Amino acid sequence: MSAAAADSAAPVLLEAVGIAKRFGGVQALSDVGFSIRRGEIYGLIGPNGAGKTSLFNVLTGIYDADGGRFVFDGTPLEGLKPNEVAARGIARTFQNIRLFANLTALENVMIGRHVRTRATVFGAIFRDARTRAEEAAIAERSYELLRYVGVQTRANDLAKHLAYGDQRRLEIARALATDPKLLALDEPAAGMNATETATLRALLERIRADGTTILLIEHDMKLVMSVCDRVLVLDYGRRIAEGPAAVVQKDERVIAAYLGGDASLNLKGAA
Amino acid sequence: MPDAPAPPGVLAAWRAHPAASRIGVALVAVALLALPFALAGVGTAWVRITNLAILFVLLSLGLNIVVGFAGLLDLGYIAFYAVGAYVYALLASPHFNLHLPFWAILPLGALVACIFGVLLGTPTLKLRGDYLAIVTLGFGEIIRIFLNNLSQPVNITNGPQGITLIDPFRIGSFSFAQPQSVAGLTFSGPIKYYYLLLLVLVAVVVLNLRLQDSRIGRAWEAIREDETAARAMGINTRNMKLLAFAMGASFGGVAGGMFSAMQGFISPESFVLVESVNVLAMVVLGGMGNIFGVILGAILLSFVPEVLRYTVGPVQMQLFGRTLIDPEVIRMLLFGFTLVLMMLFRPAGILPSATRKRELESKRTA
Repeated sequence: MSAAAADSAAPVLLEAVGIAKRFGGVQALSDVGFSIRRGEIYGLIGPNGAGKTSLFNVLTGIYDADGGRFVFDGTPLEGLKPNEVAARGIARTFQNIRLFANLTALENVMIGRHVRTRATVFGAIFRDARTRAEEAAIAERSYELLRYVGVQTRANDLAKHLAYGDQRRLEIARALATDPKLLALDEPAAGMNATETATLRALLERIRADGTTILLIEHDMKLVMSVCDRVLVLDYGRRIAEGPAAVVQKDERVIAAYLGGDASLNLKGAA
Repeated sequence: MPDAPAPPGVLAAWRAHPAASRIGVALVAVALLALPFALAGVGTAWVRITNLAILFVLLSLGLNIVVGFAGLLDLGYIAFYAVGAYVYALLASPHFNLHLPFWAILPLGALVACIFGVLLGTPTLKLRGDYLAIVTLGFGEIIRIFLNNLSQPVNITNGPQGITLIDPFRIGSFSFAQPQSVAGLTFSGPIKYYYLLLLVLVAVVVLNLRLQDSRIGRAWEAIREDETAARAMGINTRNMKLLAFAMGASFGGVAGGMFSAMQGFISPESFVLVESVNVLAMVVLGGMGNIFGVILGAILLSFVPEVLRYTVGPVQMQLFGRTLIDPEVIRMLLFGFTLVLMMLFRPAGILPSATRKRELESKRTA
């Protein structure tokens, strides 16, 4: 178990208080609160439709929250646009992979460097020494990240022609290119076979070891239970349990939510 | 595992084969420098036609930034051409009795067009695809209608009559409108303009190549591919889209100013919707996003109708002994037919952009 790897006294990186989000008549999230410590792999699980992706979208500024607030790295994240959230140091991947399909793998990662580089139109046009140095650094760092996630052999292939598992990892590389403090992954193991999932697990461990905190939405319970230090369980947009994976696993409400112990909660669990 | 090669780029290929590239460029340069004299041998009209074609190349390159790079469908692009043309015409003609030098007005025209680009871009930031096309189409028409009607109560644009006697480019006593003999060669007005246009064109092409292969160009392409993902990766999509509109508009403005000076007369009729569509067709036909494809598209679409104008009549005479169909009618018919065939057989354009080419290659090796 990797749970021991987390320092329970580590400072808080992201704190969420009373997050609420409503879509028309559907309360997607209500009063969700949690805190993620620096250096942690924090799992976010729940049956389909529990509000996991909605929480991601509110966190990353794609949706505005109807209530509550996030405090990231000591400052609130209120009213920020997605690009501003990324600039603050939260990078994400998408449940249904959203790569720049007609650009190469390398270009995808290079675009991730955008937010950490500064060349302007004038730099681009006049190609001064600073811009050239920056371009070289972008290419170098991007290639390094491709190697880091293990898709360097496909560097010059279009993103859409990569194998599914490679696309997932490329998306992680692109997110890492923004130098995030918090990496938010939305079902990275979805559609992967056992070998690919094992590789992914090693990659997650390595990212954490290299100093990036991870927030992980995942349906693959084996992966969640083996890699996450703590897990938050959502059901119908509410927090129903939180704690170390081993404890959450035995929580009656969690079991009920997943297996349908209560008729009203009889959803098709993904576990 | 072997490392993949260094990243490919438009300019990287150039660096990889310096000798071959230099020889190729030198040959093209010599051909381009000799071209106007060859054309003048056929007829001065052809030099003028070539000059107009270069203007359209400039316009296409500008529109390519908006449509090809950033993926924003703009159907009112000719409006920026109009803005540039009118800025020049108003500041260098007897209309207001202002005769400012061209090197001062041309950048001003680009700046004003750039501001109009931002004006168009701002309200359309949240629109995509068809909706954006409709708004930009409306914008193009609004500009034209304004030009048509701003003759009263204060006469600014002189309405549908347009502005006449616009100054040609002039530096001191050197005028681009007067023929001149240098070392036994006669440089007519159009030939002088040709060289100036060539110079501007080279600058614009280099600028475009550099923009595409930069942090800014990549951000535009990211927006074109997936705006949501681009934002999530930290790209300020609002600023980047406005930048694309502004850059594209500036190119249109410069081309407009040169058009004004070359023609000596402009009226709102030169800036109708069909012209916007024409420029868009050049971009799409040549290969959206590929700078050299776009250049080729613009040259073809500028020349083919002109070539047909001079050949359709005589060919009919030779085949049937008389003119069966009015050349003016059949010329556009043939032109349209060519476009349809092009889109059927080369939907990605004559020279598809690098990404599309790579796509085809990977399909072949797969």
